[in-house]
Amino acid sequence: MTEVTILGAGVMGLSIATELASRGLTPRLIDPAGKPGAHACSWRAGGMLAPYCEAESAEPVVVRHGRNAADWWQAQGVEVTHRGTLVLAPSRDRAELDRFARMTEAHSPVDAETIATLEPELEGRFARGLFFGTESHLNPREALRVLRDRLAEKGIEIETDAAPTGLTVDARGLSARDELADLRGVRGEMLVLRCPEVTLTRTVRLLHPRIPLYIVPRGEGIYMIGATMLETGGKYRVTARSAVEMLSAAYALHPGFAEAEILELGSDARPAFPDNLPRLRRRGNTLYANGLYRHGYLLAPTVARMAADYITTGQRPEFMDEDHP
Amino acid sequence: MPVFYGTDVESPLMLGTALYPSPAIMAEAFRASGAGIATVSLRREGGAGQDFHNLIKGLNVPVLPNTAGCHSVREAVTTAQMARELFDTPWIKLEVIRDDDTLCPDVIALVEAARILSDDGFQVFPYCTEDLSVCGRLLDAGCEVLMPWGAPIGSGRGLNNPYGLRSVRAHFPDVPLVVDAGIGLPSHAAQAMELGFDAVLLNTAVAKAGDPVAMARAMALAIQAGQLAHAANPIEARDMAAPSTPVFGMAVLG
Repeated sequence: MTEVTILGAGVMGLSIATELASRGLTPRLIDPAGKPGAHACSWRAGGMLAPYCEAESAEPVVVRHGRNAADWWQAQGVEVTHRGTLVLAPSRDRAELDRFARMTEAHSPVDAETIATLEPELEGRFARGLFFGTESHLNPREALRVLRDRLAEKGIEIETDAAPTGLTVDARGLSARDELADLRGVRGEMLVLRCPEVTLTRTVRLLHPRIPLYIVPRGEGIYMIGATMLETGGKYRVTARSAVEMLSAAYALHPGFAEAEILELGSDARPAFPDNLPRLRRRGNTLYANGLYRHGYLLAPTVARMAADYITTGQRPEFMDEDHP
Repeated sequence: MPVFYGTDVESPLMLGTALYPSPAIMAEAFRASGAGIATVSLRREGGAGQDFHNLIKGLNVPVLPNTAGCHSVREAVTTAQMARELFDTPWIKLEVIRDDDTLCPDVIALVEAARILSDDGFQVFPYCTEDLSVCGRLLDAGCEVLMPWGAPIGSGRGLNNPYGLRSVRAHFPDVPLVVDAGIGLPSHAAQAMELGFDAVLLNTAVAKAGDPVAMARAMALAIQAGQLAHAANPIEARDMAAPSTPVFGMAVLG
């Protein structure tokens, strides 16, 4: 049986381990930081499974593969919330809504009345919006925990201090930058708020020319708010400017957020290649799986499947780029 | 082709590097348009963004760093100094903003910052309004280029005040002039060139188009058309028709 060692237990590494295990392999999994946590950028993701909304700035291939993500996560035993995405814009930024509608599909226009039916607390606040009814979201930290637990049930534990054996699958995210010269970090900042005064049941995106924002409900009055996109590479703390901008956008969505408790301010860097699409890259006895960019939970299932197919059958994956430097 | 501070630039299209779907698409837009200058923001994309800076350098066009996002003289001056070190260029696009909703230049602070930077050896490209007094003050402060806005940044409204831009051209016939900001369509860019401007600086209109690469090319073609048209000395508009076919010798009916 093929011997495989996966480096990195973030969303990429755990997904590949899951796919290999489902094909009867028993990969090893090494991550010096141990179980999934704040060291992994997938820890701070939004967890939106929103392929159609992403088409606003992403290539069609992201939509095509992203459509399968919700089923995959559900099949792993992860709770996926299927309530769609509501996209809104303040009335003075309506042009943004028109542009968003033109760039995307699988949405229907909603008026004030429908918005109030979907999210009663937003009644009277927005005159127009778009509803992407087939989209969903999950809780990233919960998803990582489920993958890890299921792997542990199959005897695949995360080793913290070990050397790889067999074929190495490098899924270290931005840490692999030491070996992948064209990988860069795209910084993202996020907030976690507790705000029981506001009840939103689905992902809401608020369009704005400078500060587009999304709010993902985590349940029990907890909301994840994100996320900036800054070409600054490194991993720093959240800047005051970003925090202020995100909080004022949240306040613009619903004034109730003014009373929220700030549970967390998080910042990390998404690993990305120049075209912002993921890659599998084979070099010697190492297969690199990286570049999920802002599509970690949306594309990890596809990239994991491609990696596992390649390892078990030699089938050349769509995201393979051996020719790249 | 435009000459800025003694440097020949290969195209009158100056293209920004923000807001593209990906760096790969940005690079393709630069190739498709043959843009002569790449502008890059320091304030938010600076510091440790070495990877992104390398991508910009890889475009192989002269880089014009800017001070976008600066709200005071001191902030703009510090940002300009960082830019000079990072990109090894005396060029700086000077932006000092007062109001975040219109991104209207704070012309008072702008003149002050332009003076400080020019004295320090910078070659300043000021993002300004089309106000003649402000333009004059900027030249007094040491600027040898003026970049009046067409409309607020990112608004895509085109040239809000063609009369004002025409007066700037007429008042400062020998100063290189750039329409900076507000361009939404190739026709806007062509209009700026028809007015006799030396270059057009734009970003959002290309980066946020559904097909940025095609739009970059369209902008480059429009700019070329406007430039040719200006050089060709266009006719003046008139109220009455002027037949383009000679009427002499036509049969008189009735």
